[in-house]
Amino acid sequence: MSERTTAPFGRRAARVLGRTEHGAYVVLRCSDPDGPVPSAGQFYMLSTAERWGGGVGERPFLPRAFSVMRARPTGAGTGPAAGVVLEFLLEDVGPGTRRLCELGAGEDLLLTGPLGIGFTAPEGGRRALLVGGGVGIAPLAIWQDELGAGTPVLLGFRDAEHAVGAGLLSAAAVATDDGSVGHHGVVTELLEAELDADAEVVVYACGPPAMLEAVRALCAERSVDAQLALESGMACGFGACFGCVVPTRDGYLRLCVDGPVLDAAVLETAIVAGAGH
Amino acid sequence: MSPAPPTGPVELCGIELAHPVINASGTFDAIAARKAFGDALLEQFPFAAFVSKTVTLAPREGNPPPRLWELAGGMINSIGLPNKGLDGYLRTDLPQLAELPVPLIVNVMGFTREEVGRLVDAFAERDEVAALELNVSCPNVETGLMMGAVPAEVSALLDHVRPLTGKPLIVKLTPNATDVAAVAHAAEESGADAVSLINTIRGMALDPRSGEPWLGGITGGVSGPAVKAAAVAQVYAAASAVKIPIVGMGGVQRGQDALDLLRAGATLVAVGTESFRDAAAGARVAGELAGLAANCDVSYRNQVHSC
Repeated sequence: MSERTTAPFGRRAARVLGRTEHGAYVVLRCSDPDGPVPSAGQFYMLSTAERWGGGVGERPFLPRAFSVMRARPTGAGTGPAAGVVLEFLLEDVGPGTRRLCELGAGEDLLLTGPLGIGFTAPEGGRRALLVGGGVGIAPLAIWQDELGAGTPVLLGFRDAEHAVGAGLLSAAAVATDDGSVGHHGVVTELLEAELDADAEVVVYACGPPAMLEAVRALCAERSVDAQLALESGMACGFGACFGCVVPTRDGYLRLCVDGPVLDAAVLETAIVAGAGH
Repeated sequence: MSPAPPTGPVELCGIELAHPVINASGTFDAIAARKAFGDALLEQFPFAAFVSKTVTLAPREGNPPPRLWELAGGMINSIGLPNKGLDGYLRTDLPQLAELPVPLIVNVMGFTREEVGRLVDAFAERDEVAALELNVSCPNVETGLMMGAVPAEVSALLDHVRPLTGKPLIVKLTPNATDVAAVAHAAEESGADAVSLINTIRGMALDPRSGEPWLGGITGGVSGPAVKAAAVAQVYAAASAVKIPIVGMGGVQRGQDALDLLRAGATLVAVGTESFRDAAAGARVAGELAGLAANCDVSYRNQVHSC
């Protein structure tokens, strides 16, 4: 069951209900009264209703893609959609994320979504193993919510300030680059130890390109199925711009309509040119 | 002839349209959008006609990524016209695009006049296709000149393809030409039914860290509100040179932008990059345009033409 929930057509406003800081990260909670409940691994295109392009002529101009981190149905919807409260995980790394991080309760986001294809549940009695890095932990939170709080999760961060984000998931094992929290090293070392103990798993991973590539290579070496949530710069999020392609064994795929979650087996590399900007 | 209201039904070369806002080729993939939005796309289809992405004779994978660069007020794209090729388009895309609730305009591009001819010929008798748009923003590999860069190239191209179809031919002009008005005039003289402009303006970005070209295709096309002033100037210039209808595009974000292009001489307006920011932008622009036209005295340099 490859998961794609269709989106209402066009961009709509979503009121910010709350903004909380978690170390280096900001969580925005917003109300999407006319939206459906997204599938885990899907994403939204976000911009702010005010001061986002077209006005003073400065960047940002295009909306930014964010995996949904949590979704709670409200049942208060007026149309066919249930209405939902969405949470997004942000890190201030550029003009778009900076502007989004400035938002406070009562202000409006503009969003389109849910978009793309999310995670597919493990089959054949295998258990799920979640592996995340940095701001890429976001889609693993909603996936863990769905699979159950006992689903094991391994997370890697740069340092202690970023590792605060681990508290957004349940019972995460943590690695940090500087050793300030948990294992001193990279998260794939934790993954390797887990696979040594039990390889009857499906790995679900999201994080920076180098981490995803390490996960992909390790899983390929061990013949372990993996689903990777990738990131690529995109202008639209719904297949119009053809900007977000990633190379696969079958040629270029648009990450927005054919991903963002891809079966690792279709990839020769998880390194996406231009990602991380 | 009284000024036709720009907001209600309009006619382009005999094609009846519910309003004057369509999409720019290559900025909206109705097939992918139907996956993302389901049948809501058909129920709320934002354009009065749908212009499909450029079709070439052979399949194209497109340019290597990165393909996008964000600007203040726009973007640069270096997509490279990925498409399934003519056979793939006819087999896979055309049946799905025929289900759209609006007339279909197919955009084609060839690297020789003969290639363009084969593409035009392939659609000449297709009832699903209301009109053809010729993308001349590519090099003619036989002459080395961009097909749309000089009047003689455009004339020679139309001399070759005009006899092949009775369907309206719209020539999509390139802004990267010395004299767009002269090219538009040549298109009209050689039998084009309409011209559309502007295509993207060639641009380039450097990776701030390495100093190397950022885009996989080295250069790309600039679009978005950053190019609107150029679009207004080129539509105005083309309108001074031709009597055939003009589809104006370039930086349309709001109804006022559309109104500006109509006032500069366009009969229809296309929305491109703004659809990336809001999939429903075409419908919003059409609605805003209707509101503006109802509240002001709109006069046009060009009236609505029939072919």
